[in-house]
Amino acid sequence: MKVTGRLFDKVWDRHLVASPPGEPPLVYIDLHLVHEVTSPQAFEGLELAGRKVRRPDLTVATMDHDVPTIGADLPIADPLAAAQIARLRENCAAHGIELHGLGSINQGIVHVIGPQLGLTQPGMTVVCGDSHTSTHGAFGALAFGIGTTEVEHVLATQTLRQVKPAAMAVTVDGELPPGCTAKDLVLGIIRALGTGGGVGSVIEYRGAAIRALSMEGRMTVCNMSIEGGARAGMIAPDDATFAFLEGRRHSPKGAAWERALDDWRSLVTDEGAEFDHEIVIDASTLKPAVTWGTNPAQSVSIDDLVPDPDSFDTDAQRQSAERALTYMGLTAGTPIRDIPVDTVFIGSCTNGRLADLRAAADVVKGKKVSPKVRAIIVPGSARVKADAEAEGLDKFFTDAGFEWRTAGCSMCLGMNGDILSPGERSASTSNRNFEGRQGPGGRTHLVSPAVAAATAVAGHFATPGEV
Amino acid sequence: MAGISQVTGRAVALERRDVDTDQIIPAAWLKRVERTGFAPGLFGAWRENPDFVLNRPGADQAKVLVAGTNFGCGSSREHAVWALQDFGFQAVVSARFADIFRGNCISSGLVPVEIDEKIVSMLFDALRDDPDATVVVDVAGRTIGIPSADISEPFALADYAQWRLLEGLDDVALTLRHEDAITAFEAGRPAWLPAVTPNAPAPA
Repeated sequence: MKVTGRLFDKVWDRHLVASPPGEPPLVYIDLHLVHEVTSPQAFEGLELAGRKVRRPDLTVATMDHDVPTIGADLPIADPLAAAQIARLRENCAAHGIELHGLGSINQGIVHVIGPQLGLTQPGMTVVCGDSHTSTHGAFGALAFGIGTTEVEHVLATQTLRQVKPAAMAVTVDGELPPGCTAKDLVLGIIRALGTGGGVGSVIEYRGAAIRALSMEGRMTVCNMSIEGGARAGMIAPDDATFAFLEGRRHSPKGAAWERALDDWRSLVTDEGAEFDHEIVIDASTLKPAVTWGTNPAQSVSIDDLVPDPDSFDTDAQRQSAERALTYMGLTAGTPIRDIPVDTVFIGSCTNGRLADLRAAADVVKGKKVSPKVRAIIVPGSARVKADAEAEGLDKFFTDAGFEWRTAGCSMCLGMNGDILSPGERSASTSNRNFEGRQGPGGRTHLVSPAVAAATAVAGHFATPGEV
Repeated sequence: MAGISQVTGRAVALERRDVDTDQIIPAAWLKRVERTGFAPGLFGAWRENPDFVLNRPGADQAKVLVAGTNFGCGSSREHAVWALQDFGFQAVVSARFADIFRGNCISSGLVPVEIDEKIVSMLFDALRDDPDATVVVDVAGRTIGIPSADISEPFALADYAQWRLLEGLDDVALTLRHEDAITAFEAGRPAWLPAVTPNAPAPA
């Protein structure tokens, strides 16, 4: 079996610093993104050992996880969050790290601002103490989440020790049906893969349906690679990638741009290269997806019913489904469209970019949010917010009855006080429907921005054509 | 970090699969800037149920957690490992660990014991018969057993990970032995790669 010649091998090989016998290889890291939640213990460890940040010029910080999305110009009310954010400021100042803090036009969710600033480029290695770092793979970068001890390791050495993962291909042939988005596609992929199907692997997404996605759509797909257990997800760069990058703040300019382009065009999997695993999906069979359970693999199409636990193959799956339905307060056989929701959340590193907000705005334009629904939009970055306002999208949302917030992770993980109450049900464009993810006792259904917007108007799960 | 060669003690059986790190340590706890003090938050939501396994007599003395497959999925938060350790666990057993969680275990010295699902079931059975049974995890010998139930099985652990656990090694120091190679690599990086202009560090 040919074990090289894949996009993943090409990016991996060019970052090998050393392969000492008996030790995992040492891999160079081109970009280290830092945020307030997973870094304080790493900086502390670094300082206790008397070490410095090796490459502050390859390290970029922002604050996103526990920043407020209302009154961001006011002192932060939560003393623990305020202290954690202050610690990030101190650490960045002490080590000379560029920080895009609250109030900066470049502040935002770490996986939104990297691409936005042109920091994420094809063929790079990108890490961050956050599992959704896989987002950056949309550019043909090898990008993955790491723990805090590894954050410290990267700060100190600009490298990581990594056993080379396996390579998996997820090939999506055909064309997505109208009304079906990248979010529906990735939820379909995870349903096929299972929550642990990708463990130990880097996925390369390929095929006609992947090529047809916008860069925003590709980021949505790569973002959720971790929900299938994968170490990372990658998509070979193409003209859409280059068009997205050209002219951004950190993109190469002039002759350097031409040299970079020549290099980036080589970052494709060679004809005939084989993968350790492959799954093939026909995009034309997909429909808008809604999760019904407590992990992202537990989804059905919006046309379906809440599944019967007995319909699953194994005891473990049946038990898992039963437990999930109890937690979610759902009865098997209920049509998905008949489920009422209390809250709609549009945002996150999965679906908080301008294209996502445009998709939602198209649906709500001239309509009203159901009086039973609290609807919140949290742009992925301050720049996304400003761009949306320049297009007048905020007006569509606020006229319809949405709350228009400032940038952050917000209700995706509920660290900043934007949470569900116990028993409250949400339609959310985020990435995780785990128990309590959006607040203790909260019940999360993952959907696309278009379905979230239509659901806000209808008061129950709906597609744009129905409202 | 202290080395760890053997874990001997009570176990808690958590018979659930796909246990994500949001369950292990809920997000509200991630505002802490320390590595300690997470024990009260461990499985915070599930512990509100008085029947939850961690609320049973003796669980507070446990050193080994035996769980269903795909343990530690989801968020990269190393706080999940710190919370398990803070509670007293020194080893976790599952048929499969999520990649980032497993790495975090090795980093912080929590022994990840990955064994076949059938053996996990055997351990669950034995612990149902005798919840007080002593479980032995031998890092040096790469075996896990319940002597009173006559169970002893090998588990997989890469040599380098085993060495780090046994010796309690600082990975940064190990990597810095290759500092010359890092410096040489840096000299060959393409010039177009992005770099930000570093701010001058604040005076000490």
